[in-house]
Order: sequence, then structure tokens, then C-alpha cells
Amino acid sequence: MEVNLSKSMHRTRREFLATSASGLGTIGLGSLLAGDAAASNPTASPMSPRAPHFKPHAKACIFIFMAGAPSQLDLFTPKLKLNELHGEKLPKDILEKARFAFIQPESAVLMGTKRTFKKHGQSGMEFSDYLPHLASCSDDILKIQSLHSEEFNHHPGQLMMQCGVSRFGMPTMGSWMTYALGSESANLPGYVVLTAGRGSSGGATLFQSGFLPTSYAGVLFRNQGEPVLNLKTPDGIPDHLQQAGLNTLRDLNQERYSHMRDPEIQSRIASYELAGRMQMAAPELTDLSNERQSTREAYGVGRSEPKGNWRGSLPHLNTRDTFARNCLLARRLVERGVRFINIIHASWDQHSNLDSELEYNATTVDQPIAALIKDLKQRGMLDDTMVVWGSEFGRTPLGENRRGRAANTGRDHHPFAYTTLAAGGGLKGGLTYGDTDDIGWHISEKPVHMNDFHATLLNRFGLDHLKLTYRFQGRDFRLTDVGGHPIPEWYA
Amino acid sequence: MKPRLLLIFHLCWITLSSVAAPVDFEKQIRPILAESCLLCHGTDDSKGGLRLNSVEGATKTLKGGGVGIIPGAPERSEVIKRIVSKDPEKRMPPADHDMALSSEQIALLEQWIAEGAEYQEHWAYRPLEPGAIPSVSDVEWTKSPIDFYVLKQLDDHQASPSSQASDSTLLRRLHLDLTGLPPSPEEIQSFTTDTSEQALESAIDALLSSPHFGERWGRHWLDKARYADSDGYEKDRIRPNAWRYRDWVIDAINNDMPIDQFTIEQLAGDLLPDASESQKLATAFNRQTLTNTEGGTDKEQWRIAAIMDRTETLGSVWLGLTVGCARCHNHKYDALTQAEYYQIFAYFNNGDETNTKVRQSDEEWDAYLEAKLRNETTIEELTKEMADISKELTGGFGPWLENAADELEKADVDLSLEAQIPMAVYASGKAVGQIHQDGSVVISGTNPDKATTTLRFESLPQGTRYLTLSLEPDSSFKKKGPGRAPNGNLVLTGFQIFAGKDFKDAEKNKIDITSSVSSYHQKKFPAENAIDNDHLKSGWALGGNVGKTNQIHFVLAEEIESSEKIVIRLHQNYGGQHTIGRFRILASPALPLDLTPQLAESIISKKITKIQKTALKQHYFLVTSPDYKRALDQRNERFKNTPKPPLMDVRVISERKSNPRSTHVLRRGEFKEPEEEVIPLTPAFLPSTQENEGTASRLDLAQWLVGGRNPLPPRVIVNQIWANLFGEGLVRSMNDFGVRGDRPTHPALLDWLASRLIELKWSRKALIKEIVMSATYQQSSATREQLLETDPQNKLLHRQNRYRLEAEILRDAALVTSGLLDRRVGGQSVFPLMPKDVAALNYNSSFKWVTSTQGNQHRRGLYTFFKRTAPHPNLTTFDCPDSNVTCVQRNRSNTPLGALTMLNNGTFTEAAESFALRVIRETGGIENRIQFAFQAALARTATKTEIDALTALYSQSLEHYSKQSDDALALLTNKDAPESERIELAAWTATLRVVLNLDEFITRE
Repeated sequence: MEVNLSKSMHRTRREFLATSASGLGTIGLGSLLAGDAAASNPTASPMSPRAPHFKPHAKACIFIFMAGAPSQLDLFTPKLKLNELHGEKLPKDILEKARFAFIQPESAVLMGTKRTFKKHGQSGMEFSDYLPHLASCSDDILKIQSLHSEEFNHHPGQLMMQCGVSRFGMPTMGSWMTYALGSESANLPGYVVLTAGRGSSGGATLFQSGFLPTSYAGVLFRNQGEPVLNLKTPDGIPDHLQQAGLNTLRDLNQERYSHMRDPEIQSRIASYELAGRMQMAAPELTDLSNERQSTREAYGVGRSEPKGNWRGSLPHLNTRDTFARNCLLARRLVERGVRFINIIHASWDQHSNLDSELEYNATTVDQPIAALIKDLKQRGMLDDTMVVWGSEFGRTPLGENRRGRAANTGRDHHPFAYTTLAAGGGLKGGLTYGDTDDIGWHISEKPVHMNDFHATLLNRFGLDHLKLTYRFQGRDFRLTDVGGHPIPEWYA
Repeated sequence: MKPRLLLIFHLCWITLSSVAAPVDFEKQIRPILAESCLLCHGTDDSKGGLRLNSVEGATKTLKGGGVGIIPGAPERSEVIKRIVSKDPEKRMPPADHDMALSSEQIALLEQWIAEGAEYQEHWAYRPLEPGAIPSVSDVEWTKSPIDFYVLKQLDDHQASPSSQASDSTLLRRLHLDLTGLPPSPEEIQSFTTDTSEQALESAIDALLSSPHFGERWGRHWLDKARYADSDGYEKDRIRPNAWRYRDWVIDAINNDMPIDQFTIEQLAGDLLPDASESQKLATAFNRQTLTNTEGGTDKEQWRIAAIMDRTETLGSVWLGLTVGCARCHNHKYDALTQAEYYQIFAYFNNGDETNTKVRQSDEEWDAYLEAKLRNETTIEELTKEMADISKELTGGFGPWLENAADELEKADVDLSLEAQIPMAVYASGKAVGQIHQDGSVVISGTNPDKATTTLRFESLPQGTRYLTLSLEPDSSFKKKGPGRAPNGNLVLTGFQIFAGKDFKDAEKNKIDITSSVSSYHQKKFPAENAIDNDHLKSGWALGGNVGKTNQIHFVLAEEIESSEKIVIRLHQNYGGQHTIGRFRILASPALPLDLTPQLAESIISKKITKIQKTALKQHYFLVTSPDYKRALDQRNERFKNTPKPPLMDVRVISERKSNPRSTHVLRRGEFKEPEEEVIPLTPAFLPSTQENEGTASRLDLAQWLVGGRNPLPPRVIVNQIWANLFGEGLVRSMNDFGVRGDRPTHPALLDWLASRLIELKWSRKALIKEIVMSATYQQSSATREQLLETDPQNKLLHRQNRYRLEAEILRDAALVTSGLLDRRVGGQSVFPLMPKDVAALNYNSSFKWVTSTQGNQHRRGLYTFFKRTAPHPNLTTFDCPDSNVTCVQRNRSNTPLGALTMLNNGTFTEAAESFALRVIRETGGIENRIQFAFQAALARTATKTEIDALTALYSQSLEHYSKQSDDALALLTNKDAPESERIELAAWTATLRVVLNLDEFITRE
């Protein structure tokens, strides 16, 4: 069975949908495992749930994207040797081959970390003192220390991470997942994007659907005003008039259908019905007042912004509170059947003031993410919900001696070896996978390409990355481009 | 088992070959090869020594012995042996490829080989073959040769065309297709009541000559050009003048620039002989590529990325080929090799990213020429006046000079300029100024980008009238200074002097400087720039004379009293560290006859050079004749106010003149891994028309596309035009004319249209007219259920297609219907209503969206400012392309987000209110109003069902707002209307928003 719907097939599917009376969202949960039937079910809408290739372990993904690239050397991978060599030049064999964004290679020197690291949990997984809460989840976390990428600059790197290839016009992970599996939510979009803090390098291109139909683009939930753009009925239109208007609209569209017999009209009617349901469901979703006080506190909802001057902290952004809300919202979205949630948090590009900036950011995300993992676990949802913490690349063991700067207080881009965390969704907790050399420059064991990571992620959702394809311009495209090998050692 | 199986297939083949019609390679065999074989046995790869993309490759002896295909002998052909092999290790295609062949497919391959295994050239690469116009069952129905081709196919399938669409549907369709603006009730009235034979043709001609035609069809082209108003990538800086290219496209299409010329100017306008401003501007097509200005990027990497984009865009837009597949390796399916990819790349590799100056607008240019002429005439007049005066006075110059010498001698003036020692110096930022014994000041410490140096003097000599700033070399600076810029230069952007009873008082009392003159000045940086009113940019500089002493002299408007405290300020705001290093201030008192120290010295020395004589004569005229002085002042003023040409920079490409780059194949597309060198050359599988091999330019490439011998571009172009009039191309895979793409539904029609385009001298308008005048185009778009089974996708064109309007047109239609549309054509991009937080999504949240005013918020959708990393959601929700890569085919999604936008978005609510107001003003009575609304929105009369439904909604709304007038106030943007009117307006707004949401409203039927 191949999930490969060409454009024309999509049209046919829509035509069939239109003639079926059941419309949208009537296919229940069970069909996810029902085998081939669901995937080829002609009455399905673009977002109705479809069965994967084989039995899945995960059914929802919360991808927490740390845009800008956090320093793995100050958060996850302690390098004693690097501290010893602090202030010394990079070994020649590395220097000659290396490429830098801002660093002046002739005078660059290694920079140790000021952080202290400890082993945590039964697994003894190491975290720095900036991440005390995540450390307490170490036995549920899979820590991958050997990711690498070819992309050296933010936007291309972010595209690589979201799309598996750093080109424009490609679908993002969430688009692929909802294209393959649909969504179990009849009232909410299947692919939701939440943001906190400043905008990211990639902006809206990080949740585009590329050549996949627009139905599979991420839907941005907002932090101010209505939760989804255009969700709110215009001021002065009371609910009963909105409903009366929608009824009239349905009747008149139906009337036109009786003349034109165009199945697309039935799709239109269905879209307006789903829109109506979203209008009801989204405000309930984003209203956190019906969560327990203790839950809200655990996530850090309502935290005030500390006083100080950090890139990610602007008074009107309320980054800390927003990020905490995003994590709690993510759980609520998963509960309601949403397939893929992308939480984007920017400002990790610490070319200078690393210690202070990193502390601010780490403190911003540490508690809410840990609370999310624990909350999911306590509710029995972690088994089939995958939580990922990742970035486009990592940061270099060298201090950044950019021209015109007095002191080395930051680190430059480093795509050759960096760290990503994941938890739940059929992945093995407490495992530290792969390693780097003494100074953290090169991968010393078990390299993982982003394509491998994506292949494994898809596998946990019951999808064969080689078979999840979409034909565009005569070629069968994949999330894993021309590469990717799932890594069974990660399977729980 | 094995022999038996073979036998079965053998029998199969015998059966087929004896009974079935000969196999059609193009229809039956190529698809099998493309789907199941070419991935490993194609242009790129020849596993086992087998290539199945040509007869030569297929009949070669294989690595493992045997021959892939032996024409006439399927049973001996290794290909068939392997396909039917029972051994899973040997069977092809390999099991893990999931490409298993059906028994029908195997039988077809066997038959094909038995019949001689003839390969045909892929249809798209063959010369155009329109053939004879076919004969059909019903000539009456036809209106154009197009209809014969379409009806022939319908005849062959025992199907009939649909009836003609109603007049109103047809008119709305034509309006939407040709201008993107729905017809007005008056236009519908006049068209539907016009019974003359030419009614339709006149309507079409009028639409084709409307200025809005260029907007509608320009936008189709802008999708392909990936036009946007910002750079893309992280920083995504705005491109303030990008719209000039957009307007070029609109104008070219409105003027019906032939498509061949349209192609050549955009790809290579700069290379045309005596390229005009407009032809250079056209090459901005190539600059719609993204620009990566993220910190720490490798410029070469992104230069190459942009050229790859140009190469691939050319492939998609003109060749309909997925050229990009060959960036890293030979094309898997089509005949394009990786080397050929870089041969096309090579045409672009020496096109540098440059700017060209274009006139801001014709009006401004005319005004400029007029002002320039006026200015020149005045200057001429003043010059003549001065010449007349000097002629009159010139006889007195000798005596005056003698007198001046006497006066100077009598006065016994000391002309040695006296260095003044400041009491304090204040430098900018972390720089420090040190005062030396001889009065010189040396600046050291961190050199800021820009600086202001302030000097304080306890006093200057009594009667000081002249000041000199003497800039002196110093070995502590690069190139010995006297500036601190890395090249020893500096720019003095302003010189000011203040005098007062104390320093605080002095700051308030600036002393005017009447003139300045320097010992040397860099071109375009004259001494007068130091005393103009602009201290920020224009200045005096000494590039070309660094490492030496340079002096600039100032004449003060009044004499300085020795009791005054003095402040002198030296502005150095040019930027780039062009600051002052070492200098002294020299002073000199007033002299007889208002002579400057420099003039006085020349008189005393008696050795008057030619230049000095001119200066002295000038001085003599000035002090002698007030009229001369006035004329000179006026003339200087005129020079200063010389009108500047209203030009703006637009990003274009132009061929580099020296150091041409060589082009190499890049291993796996990696910019750091060049392999063998290639020259500009067109792909071998297409006819070559090039004579100057090796030195071919972009212009040759453009001419190769539209020279007439290359069959692909005309096919691809007419297919695009067809798709804009039918919603689907004749080749449905619009961006893939390769072997994996769709075959044309009407091959002969496609070729007829392509030939016709060339016959029509590539006229876009003429071809469009040809198509819209056809009976095929004019059919009804209603679905015919009896044909749903046999032709569900309407590949036979048994009806018109019915499809949703594009993002921009959808809004345009709402604005037209509501009467809000501002129809101005062209100009800067605009900012319609958008929630602020959408723009903030962009990097660093640095982009601010300020809603346009004065009608600009209601301009057509194609003028909406397009920020690549934060596009307007009303555009993207309805599938407007993201402009990052070329788009030759838009999606047409039908999503709940689209529904929410139409229902609740401010733009559409505003339109509903305005629509309501228009309907109320137009006519009275509920039914009349509904009828008018239907005419305005849908170009047709409402049925009784529709009137009843909307009347009921209106009554319910009216009842609500009568009771809850606050809601009416909340709904309406017009808060000033009296309450009685407000309630009615609110009720109609609530009713008519439903009309704007009708599927029919947002659909082109």
C-alpha cells in the first residue's frame, strides 16, 4: 500500500467525498489501524484519519523547535577536554577543513563551558545546571548527541529540519504526517503551529505545505486576539444570526448544486460546516481556566517576565508565559486528536552573551517542557505521543571572536555535531545515543543525519519513509529526500 | 515450473500479436518504462549495462552477457527473461522497489519487442504536428478550428459537447478570465439585450483592450517569475523598487508585446543592441531570485543558488521540464544529463546582479526635463548678465589691482596664518584628541564609524575673519592620514563656528560662513559641501591626495571679537570611519577690500598666476558691482538647485564585461566541488539553432527558446494560456512535459495552437481571442452526470470547467461587487488590512505592516505587498504561491480556513457592509434589492427559492437589529448613520455577506 495520491487522485477523492452524505470527520478512531481500507477509502476528506503502513506506536507529535540553534556544549554534552583546552587554538587538522560564519579562524580559540553537569535518573543521563526540570525526566528522554547537517545558515538549516531538504517549496514534517495519516480531530486543524517570543528566521516557510495541497499547511494559533485568524464572528453578528446565515448559505449552495451538480459545491458546504465547528471548538481549547490550578502552575502558566535585557524577552511578548501556555495547549490539542503540533521558539542564536542569554532561554523552556512530559506520562498519553526538542544545528566549541568584538562571549554555528532530545511515542527513554570527540567538534560514534531522524520518526507512526511519497514534477518526493535510515536502537 | 510459465507468456504474446492492434509505444510502452524501469536503467544509471531510454542502450550486450532487448525476439531478450523470472533474486523490477508489473504490462512489452521494439521520440520533443483539421459529426456546432479537434475526440468516444453557457454566465466568465473583475449590472444588461452578431466579439475585444487585462494576465506571469517585494531567507529585507518589474509585466501584456520578445527581453534584454531602459528593466525577471543576507553566509554559495534557480525556472516556465532533477545527477527519467544542466547554467553564470536606473514615472520625468531647461535658461541669462558687467568693468581691473597693492602695503598686514591652540577638544565615542604645542590636534583611540569633533578656544585674535582647517599627515595613520579611514581619507561633512560671551552662550550663536575654498578636493566632494546645510552626508574629501597637507579655507560673515569664547565643530558623518586624524586651525584677520589671505598673498607676491588672476578679477567684479554679486549669488543658487533626475534603482542582471567565470559541473550540486568545465550549450535532445557555440550568450539562449525550431516553448506556453482559460492544461502536468508527465489530452490541438501562436506572431491577445471565441470555451460548465463515469475529469472537454477564483481575484470580486475597488493600475505595492501579529512572525519580528490609506487599501490583490517570510494570510489561505520558487500551476484548495476567511475576515465584512449600502442606494424593496445584489455579485437574476431564503434571513436580521441596535453599531464601520438607517444597513450587511460567501460567487462557472 502506498500513500501516494497524485493531484488528479485528490480531485477524484474530493468528488467522491462530495457525493457521500456522511461528509467530514465521520470516520472514527478505529480506522487508523484498520489496514489498507482506510487509506484508499474514497469517502475520506483530506484530513480524515488514514491507516499507516504498519502498526504505529505513536499517533501524535509535539515538535518543539528551538530556532537559532542552542549550544549543546552548555546544555547536554559535557566535554572535560574542552574545558582543559580553554583558550587554546583549534587542532590544525580540524581548522584547515572547517568553515565558519563569523569566526576569524586565524585567531580563534576553544571555549570551555562555565556550566556544571550532573548525571540524572537511573540512566545517568547528563544535563547542565540550566535544565534542572528536564533532567528530572531523563529516564523518559532519548538524547541523540550525534546529529549532523550540511546547512550552515539558519533559514536553509531550518528548512532542512522541517522539510528534510533545504529547498523552498517542499512540505514540512507536519504536512507529510497529516497527508499520510489525516487527523483524528473533526473540529480542529490536524497540524497546528504555536509560537512564543520573536519570529524565527524561517517565518511562515517553516509550516508551509510546499507542493502538497494547502489543506496540509500548518495552521498558526495566535497569542493575541482570536486563537485562529478569522475564527471570531464579526462584532455585531450574534450567534443565532451567524447560524441563520450559515443555514441560508448551505441551502443556497445546495440549490446551486441541484443545477450544476458540481461535487466541489458539496466540498464547499462541508468546509463551512467544519469552519462552524472550529468556531465552537477552538475557544474551548484555548481557555485554560478549566485546567487545575496545580497543572497550570506545573507548566509555569502565568510566570512573569524577569527584568533584564535578553534577545528573546521583550515586554509585550510575555515569552515565558506564552511558552508555558503553548506546552499546555499542545497537550490539550493532542487530547483532541490533533496530529502534529509545532511549537516554535526563536532567539537561540547566541553569538555573544552566551551565558546570560542561554540561561534566560533555558529557564523559559525547561519547566514547561518537563511538565508536558510528566503530564502526558501521568495521563498515559506519553506512550503514543512523541515530544521532540530540536534545532537546525548546534554551536561550535570555539569562542566567537567576530571582527570588531572585544571578547569571546558566544559560539558560532556548528552543523557537524549537535544534540536533539525526544521522548515518548515509542522511543526509548533513558538512552544517550551517539557521541562526539573530546572537544565536541566531530561525531565520534553513530552519526545521525536529519533524514535518519525523520525516517525513524515516521517509523514510529507506522510509516515507511520510502513509501510515503508524493509525485510532483514527475518525481516521487519523500520527507527523507534521497536518504534516511530508521534507527531501531531508538525503538522502545 | 519455469518453462511452463514462459510458455504461458509466450502463448499470451502469440494471442495478442495475432489479434490485437499494433502496440503504441508512446501510449502503452513508454509509461511502463518510465514508471518501472528508468529509475535504474535510464539516463542516469545503467545497472548491469542496460539503458532502456533509447534503442541503442536497450540493444547493447549486457555486463552479464546476453542482450537486453532483441527486436523481434522477446523470448531471447534478457529484459523479458528477467521480468518473468521466478527467482526473486533475478526478477525485475526488484521486489523491494514495489514496481511489480502486471501480466498485461508484461504482455505489452513482449508484443512491442516482437513487433520490432521500435522507440519513438518522446512526443514533446518532436516538431509540431498539428495535422489536418479533422472532420467531425456536427460542423454546425464549431466556431473555430479548435472545436474540430475537440469534437473529433468527443465523436470518437460517442459523447457530445455541452450546450453554450447562458449569456450572463458567459459574460461573467469572460470578465473573470480576461480582466479578473466581474461585470457590472449595466454591462450585463447591455450584453444580454444586445442581439447583434458582433455582441460577443465586441465584448471580448473590449476586455482584451482593458488596462485590467494586463493586471489579470500579468499576475499569471508573476507566479512564474516568483515575484515578491522582499529578499527571502532569514533577513528577508524589503525590495522597495521591485514593483517596477511588476509594472513592466503589466505594461508589456497590455501592449500585447509578442511572447517571443517578452521572453527575450526578460531573459536577456541587457544584451540587445542599444538596450533601452525598459529592456534592461525587463531582466529584473532574473532578479526575483531570493537573496540571502543572513550573517556569516558564503556569498558564492548563494550566488550559485540563485543561478540554479534561474536555470530551473527557465526549465519549468519555457521547457516544461524538471531541469532541477539534473542538478545533482543525470535526470532519472528524461534525457537531460547533469552536464547539460550546467551547460544551461553556464548561460547565466556571467550575468551579474546589478542595478539599473529607471525613470520614476513619465510625468516626473517630463516635469524634470522642463525644470532642467528652465534652470539652464536662467543660468544662461545670469551668465550673460555677468559677462556684460565684466565687459564693462574689465578696463578698471588694472588700476584696481594697483590700488589694492597700495592698500595692502599701507595696511602692512601679516599674512602668515596663525595657528590657534584650542583649550579643549572633544572627540566622539572612545576616540581621544591630543593637543600639541604647535596647535595641532591628533585623534587616537577606537575609530568610530562617524564622528563629531568639538574644539573650544578661549579666544581668537581680534578681527578674525578667515579660518583655515589645515589637515596634516601623521605616520601614526594608515597611508599617513590625514584621515583615519583605512585609505587615509576623511570626509568633512560640516564645519561650524560659534561665538559668545561664554561657552554656553556661544552654542546659541552660530556665525555664518559665506564661502569656502580648498587646496584640493576629491571629485564630487568639493569644499562647499562642508558649509552646506547637510552635515550628515555630503562633504569635502581628499581622496587622491592623502598623505599630504590639505587645506580648506572659510570666509566668515562677520569679524570675531577677541573677547568671545569660540566653539568649532567638525562633522564627520559620512560613515565607514572617514574621520579626521591630525589638523590645525589657523586664523587671519579682515583685510582691505575684503580680500582673502590667499588673494592678498598673490597680490603682494606680484607673481600672479592665471588661476589667481581669474580669482582676483572675480573678486574685483564682486566688490565693485552689486549687480554682479547678485547675479553670481543667483547663479550659484541655481547651480545648487539643479533639478535631480527622478531615477530609481531596480535590481537587474547585466553581463559581466571582464574576468568571465568558467562553469563547471558541480558534484552533487555542491558549490565547493567543481568537476569538469562546460560551455554554454543547449540540451542535445532538442533542436539546436545556435551558430556561435562556445561563446553563446543569454541572448542566444532566449532566441533558441522562441526562434521557432524548438517545439517545447510554444507547446508549453499555449498550454499555460489554455489552463488560464479552462482551469486545466491540455497537458495536465503543466510543469512536466517529460516522460513521466501526462500526455496531452488533445495532442493535435496542442500542436495546432502552438503553430497558431507562431502564425499570430506570438500575440498573446490574438491567441486568447481565438480560444475564447471557440464553442469549446463557451460551453456550459454544469456537470453531466451521464459522463461522470466515462469522463470524470473532463479530459474530453465535454464541458467547460468550473473552479474557484484565485486568492487575489476572489478579493477583487468582493471589492468590485461592493463598490470599494480602487482601479488605479500600477505603482508601489500596497498594504491592505492585516492583523499586526502576522507580520511579526518574520525574523526578529522586525517587519511592520502599516495599513494603506487613500484608496490604496482597496487596490487589486496583485498589488498587495508580498513579504516572503510573512505573506498576507488572505493570499496564502487561497493558494497564492509563496514566491520562493517558480509556480506554473496553482492549487485550488477548499478548506475550513478559507471558509473562515470569507465569513469573518475584516476585508470581507467591510465589503459586505459596502455592498449593502450600494444595494440600498440603488433600489427599494426587498425583492428588488436581492435581484440587484444577484446581478452585481453573480451576474444573473435570483430564483424564487433564493429570494425567499434571503428575504427570510433579512427579516430575521432586521428584527434582531431593531431590538438590539447596539449590535448594528458594533457591526458597521460607518458609525455616523442615523439609527433608522443603521438598522437597515446592518440587516442588509448580515444578509449580503451570505451572497459574498456563496460557492457561486467565489467560482468562475
